[in-house]
Amino acid sequence: MKFETPATTNPIDQLKHIGKPTPRIDGPQKTTGTAPYAYERHDRAPDAAYGYVVGATIAKGRITGIDASRARAAPGVLAVVTAQNAGKLGKGEKNTARLLAGPEVEHYHQAVAVVVAETFEQARAAAGLLRVDYAPAKGAFDLAAAKGSAESPKDPPDSHVGDFDKAFATAPVKLDATYTTPDQSHAMMEPHASTAAWEDGAVTIWTANQMIDWGRSDMAATLGIPKAKVRLVSPFIGGGFGGKLFLRADALLAALGAKAAGRPVKVALTRPMMFNNTTHRPATIQRIRIGATRDGKITAIGHETWSGDLPGGGAETAAEQTKLLYAGANRLTATKLAVLDLPEGNAMRAPGEAPGLMALEIAIDEMAEKLGLDPIEFRIRNDTQVDPAKPERPFSQRQLVECLRQGADRFGWKDRNATPGRRREGRWLVGMGVAAAFRNNLTMKSGARMRLQPDGLVVVETDMTDIGTGSYTIIAQTAAETLGVPLKQVVVRLGDSSFPVSAGSGGQWGGNSSTAGVYAACMKLREVAAGKLGLDPQKAEFVDGRVRVGNDSRPLIEAARDGELVAEDFIEFGDLAKKYQQSTFGGHFVEVGVDAWTAEVRVRRMLAVCAAGRILNPTSARSQVIGAMTMGTGAALMEELVVDKRRGFFANHDLAGYEVPVHADIPHQEVVFLDEVDPVSSPMKAKGVGELGICGVGAAVANAVYNATGVRVRDYPITLDKLLDGMPAVA
Amino acid sequence: MRTFTYERAKSPAEAAAAVARNPGARFIAGGTNLLDLMKLEIETPAHLVDVNRLELDRIEATKDGGLRIGALVRNTDLAADKRVRKDYGVLSRALLAGASGQLRNKATTAGNLLQRTRCPYFYDTAQPCNKRTPGSGCSAIGGFSRPLAVIGSSDQCIATHPSDMAVAMRVLDAVVETVRPNGETRAIPIADFHRLPEKTPAVETVLAPGELITAVTLPAPVGGKQVYRKVRDRASYAFALVSVAAVVQPDGGGRAAFGGVAHRPWRVEAAEAAMPRGAKAVTDQVFAGARPTEQNAFKLVLAERTLGSVLAEARG
Repeated sequence: MKFETPATTNPIDQLKHIGKPTPRIDGPQKTTGTAPYAYERHDRAPDAAYGYVVGATIAKGRITGIDASRARAAPGVLAVVTAQNAGKLGKGEKNTARLLAGPEVEHYHQAVAVVVAETFEQARAAAGLLRVDYAPAKGAFDLAAAKGSAESPKDPPDSHVGDFDKAFATAPVKLDATYTTPDQSHAMMEPHASTAAWEDGAVTIWTANQMIDWGRSDMAATLGIPKAKVRLVSPFIGGGFGGKLFLRADALLAALGAKAAGRPVKVALTRPMMFNNTTHRPATIQRIRIGATRDGKITAIGHETWSGDLPGGGAETAAEQTKLLYAGANRLTATKLAVLDLPEGNAMRAPGEAPGLMALEIAIDEMAEKLGLDPIEFRIRNDTQVDPAKPERPFSQRQLVECLRQGADRFGWKDRNATPGRRREGRWLVGMGVAAAFRNNLTMKSGARMRLQPDGLVVVETDMTDIGTGSYTIIAQTAAETLGVPLKQVVVRLGDSSFPVSAGSGGQWGGNSSTAGVYAACMKLREVAAGKLGLDPQKAEFVDGRVRVGNDSRPLIEAARDGELVAEDFIEFGDLAKKYQQSTFGGHFVEVGVDAWTAEVRVRRMLAVCAAGRILNPTSARSQVIGAMTMGTGAALMEELVVDKRRGFFANHDLAGYEVPVHADIPHQEVVFLDEVDPVSSPMKAKGVGELGICGVGAAVANAVYNATGVRVRDYPITLDKLLDGMPAVA
Repeated sequence: MRTFTYERAKSPAEAAAAVARNPGARFIAGGTNLLDLMKLEIETPAHLVDVNRLELDRIEATKDGGLRIGALVRNTDLAADKRVRKDYGVLSRALLAGASGQLRNKATTAGNLLQRTRCPYFYDTAQPCNKRTPGSGCSAIGGFSRPLAVIGSSDQCIATHPSDMAVAMRVLDAVVETVRPNGETRAIPIADFHRLPEKTPAVETVLAPGELITAVTLPAPVGGKQVYRKVRDRASYAFALVSVAAVVQPDGGGRAAFGGVAHRPWRVEAAEAAMPRGAKAVTDQVFAGARPTEQNAFKLVLAERTLGSVLAEARG
């Protein structure tokens, strides 16, 4: 099915299942421990041996020697795989650094070996006996120091509209400020984990991966075997946040270990290994310049961002939202990339917008204060319903103003004291902050296969993944809606590369795109079923388990009387994204208390008002948004990979050192979805929502801290040491 | 984790003798710290002597009106003990400020005192660390030092002691009771129990090889308002940047010990006379001679402000 013109009325609009708060259908499996995760595939690989990954202990240089003799001789050891004996390995298209080092080492904890043994303990103990000698080389580990050498990457290109320099220079009110965000780690609950088994030259990998087809392609490319010889299976994933978008060392080393050991092998990265071995969100330095008239109209807006990555890597695209979020005739965005020899930077929790808005939405708050305007009013005055660079190109839907207004009412924004540091409750200084949420809506080709079984069950097969987001449930809702069957009659099978290729989970494109693909396949099944029943598929209605044309009504199950019906299709998106700017919007409101003595910041309550197209399942959408708000709080207040700039690695590489919010940090969250349908986005009229939830949260927290204390921190995370010096005197 | 042998001790003296007999042996009780360190090969004991079945799990009144806390009393039970809550509130509060419910259910009184540092370089066996590998150097000096010591450190080590409980025990003048491999017992004031790193940061206490903690005694209650204030980057389940254990008397006098700042709970009794004059008067003396790093100099300001907060709270 091609989606080339805005959707008209279709079976999804019945809203019998879609849009209803629906508990996740995989919940019972998860709560009873019967949902199989990658490291627990005893059902498929009962005799799996254990692989333990050994990471490089230098950040850059060469391996000069590996002595595996003691490790090989240790009890239970079946194989030790290193670059010396792994055979020729390629590199996946999506990987920047190789997944197995040797002789070159590209970053700290880059895998240098996997030790395979009968038990986990034996593998771990033998790994300690492996001796690796290195010749370290000098590397670049400090973004601020490397900033001057940064260059423009291929993507994204810089943008210029009007004459930014002149407009900024002549603006009556202006801001020129620099903000920094640190390196961050996904810190998902389930570590990277894979179980691999070979049979007749083909390998099956039960893994934890958000993008099955990317992983399959890159596994084939790395092993140098045809894609047809690789199967990835990933039905349940314990969180990804971008950290599992790609083929990683666990999967490759499980495959190599299994080949060497001649039996299935499973590999999970240990927690201390995850921070430097896998990808992370790169640190940024962002300069923002805004010029405005005295009545608060932006005349110039410029956003430049610097980040670093390994040679051949990509930039954190933190300036992109600034092309679209506010009006203004003169505009500039620029992205610069430096070479750093830290571990590989890549996508994490709304890459681009999440760190970009952490900077931009403080700048807007600062600008509003300079103008003497309420920060909500300043945003409203600079709203735009069109792409500022191409006014002929409207937003498909844009309810930012409504999000901010409703949020202000619900949150009690009018009680905020615009003068910072004035509200005190006991030992707490209390402040409120607001920020706009913005995340582009991306659509991706997505396929699915439908089976109508003789027993009446409808089976959906797609390689779409559910990383805890609720994909199983919204896909079941989509099939039930389109085929007119009860939800419990739908069986959803996900995350297997033998199923049709889907959009996968990333960039908040998964929910809308994958359900649209399932919708397309369901429409195909309707054709097949109606044809089988001798009914006109164009006129047939599928309701209550029956197919009806006028007075002629038959049970749907009759269509499968002679055997299972199978239909497969995909959704493919035309150029609507060129004609319309598709984005999602929201308003984040945060109240914090800051201890007047110690400057500890504690969030008291949070509200997000979101406008993100049709909400397919308010229950799972809310769950995603509150999770994202929690991550945004972490980014604002505590998450930071601390770079040891001498040795070139993230020093706080465990969950004691890399702090994420705990329950006590998140006392109260509320989420509101505005009514919205977006016929431009897909037949589902839905958009992405998960990542919208994090975009802007950090700045809303920062702005609340400023309102509470009068101390403006432009360097995340906002830890108490950055506040202490400026704190008001304790009375 | 390396392979090790294991035995279960039948008496405290036997346990001490068993550890003394086996070079590289360690006692194991709750195991909440030791097992993690063994998995990471930071600790590689060849032999473990399990003391969990020794009957050291009671809290008893002492003749002079104090409490004798068995070495194996779990943190949860100690925090919840009615006598502790009534007369030694700072200890109960300190315990509840530490770790998580699950960990406190396992962690013991003696084990808590013997926790090892949470310095990130101590935890990464690829990095030099004088505490883990004597003579290899200190990676934290010049590296990531924000959470580390500001006073009492040396050129060899700037690690902190991570315990909350020990800070409260320090302010309460607890005494550590031990038995040695030869069966002799001794009582060590907590002020003398933990060592500063100096030239031998791997040696963290004055315990002799094989010496087993059997109990910690608290003197008779000292009354006063008892506060434990732990300052950290998140609301729970984090180690202290700075903590203050304080006993404040109605006349404004009192005692204060500091956590998160040194290789041991940090208390300077001579400074406490200044308490009626406010926090700064105390911390100026307590932290005289401090040697913070650029990253953790804020702890000196924070310690003063935290004590100020505690005094304000205590004086209502």
